[in-house]
Amino acid sequence: MIKIIINWLALPYMYVSIAIVLFFLTIRSRKLWTGKAGGLLLLGSILFLAYSLTDEHFRGLVTRPDNVPIVMLLFAVGFFVWFALKQAHENDERVMQGKPLDEVAWKDKVFVWPNLVYTELICMVVATIVLVVWSIYIPAPLEQPANPSSSPNPSKAPWYFLGLQEMLVYFDPWIAGVLLPGFIILGLMATPYIDKNPKGNGYYTFKERKFAITIYLFGFSIMWVLLIINGTFLRGPNWNFFGPYEPWDIHKLVPLNNVNLSEFIYVKFLGTGLPKHWFFREIFGIALVVGYFAVGHWYLAKKLLKRFHDLMGPVRFHLMAFLLLVMVATIAKMYLRWTMNLKYIIGISEFFFNI
Amino acid sequence: MADTTKEGVSRRGFLSWLGLAWTAFSAAMAASGIALARFMFPNVLFEPPMSFKVGRPEEFALGVDERFKPQGVWIVKTTKEIFALSTVCTHLGCTPNWLSAEQKFKCPCHGSGYYVSGVNFEGPTPRPLERFAVFVADDGQVVVDKNRIFQYEKGQWTDPQSHILLS
Repeated sequence: MIKIIINWLALPYMYVSIAIVLFFLTIRSRKLWTGKAGGLLLLGSILFLAYSLTDEHFRGLVTRPDNVPIVMLLFAVGFFVWFALKQAHENDERVMQGKPLDEVAWKDKVFVWPNLVYTELICMVVATIVLVVWSIYIPAPLEQPANPSSSPNPSKAPWYFLGLQEMLVYFDPWIAGVLLPGFIILGLMATPYIDKNPKGNGYYTFKERKFAITIYLFGFSIMWVLLIINGTFLRGPNWNFFGPYEPWDIHKLVPLNNVNLSEFIYVKFLGTGLPKHWFFREIFGIALVVGYFAVGHWYLAKKLLKRFHDLMGPVRFHLMAFLLLVMVATIAKMYLRWTMNLKYIIGISEFFFNI
Repeated sequence: MADTTKEGVSRRGFLSWLGLAWTAFSAAMAASGIALARFMFPNVLFEPPMSFKVGRPEEFALGVDERFKPQGVWIVKTTKEIFALSTVCTHLGCTPNWLSAEQKFKCPCHGSGYYVSGVNFEGPTPRPLERFAVFVADDGQVVVDKNRIFQYEKGQWTDPQSHILLS
């Protein structure tokens, strides 16, 4: 019964919605989670893992040599996010009580040599031993020689690219493979120039950098880590969605007949059939995309984040707003695909311009 | 001599040695460049033939024939025609699988789906599978010519070379 519910909750629009809500709730109630209740999170996730391991399919999935390190990484990501937020919250509390920052108050300093170097040496030796033992007991997941006439089913990218592979399901390759990763790289490179706020340099804080930390963590945990989980554990044969306890049935039938926005409007609502010329066919989609960015920029600059706009100046602000809007639009398009099977908002296949 | 230095190397002598060295260096680079260019045109190419015979039209059963998937084609026979579909997904080039129970081609990489005809209907792929030229040779066998490609979105599937009509 629990398994049926969890399988149902693992539908993409369900679990992504839950994850987004949980993300903001966790940030909001960080006081609770960064305290003793943080242990509950760990306990809960371990109990979930232990319970799930009784399921044959889930056990097979998690104990695959490919996936063992991913499970370890997920726990590591959870721990480090929790740890950073805990330190930030403690600092915020100290500031509220008028005490100096943790980093300033910490008088008990030690030398690099020998304290740090010895610790590093021990870590190095332990890591080497672990890797050697691991490589002996868990064989490398090698497969037969590559054969162009048969792709493995499902064909998965290395785990760190599974988020990008997921993007390729919803966007054309030039967007999912070039534009969006380009925005990630350029956006991260541009961050120090866009965000000149010196607060938070050299010490942990959340209160002074609410917006920056929340947006960054959202992009990292939802759009990168969650999509890796999605690609590793929920995508099965024929790239269909499978619940964590659902056997990978190669014949699972999922109706995915994709419909473009132009077909929704002209065929379903107006009942007139598609116009001949691409511009009139796609005019609603173009208006939607242009309108989204225009209204989005206006709304962020004049209403929602007016304070930042005045603080950062228009160039910095609109760069930031553009990257933010692209991130939101990416998720929005994924939702449209999951709920309405919408394929393209703008679909000009005449010259491969599909959004 | 006026421009002889104490070590006995003249300016003119130095320059001529320099010129010789550069000439030798340039000649060596040019020779290796030519060798590299020659390398691009090997004497023997171990490539499967682009054009091959697959059997007589009446030997095929209705539906998709997967025997020639290693050569990169599915031979599809309907009640009206025979055509050769490329086994390369038009999304990002994986090899889809033929699912006979569902009567569709389904790509394992991003979930693109195609009908038996090769027309895309689900997943991220932007256009249908490509068809290769097919014709009946003098001995009555079907010949698949992968050098010629017919794309649906360009209206090329009406071309008489893109399929063999069954009477």
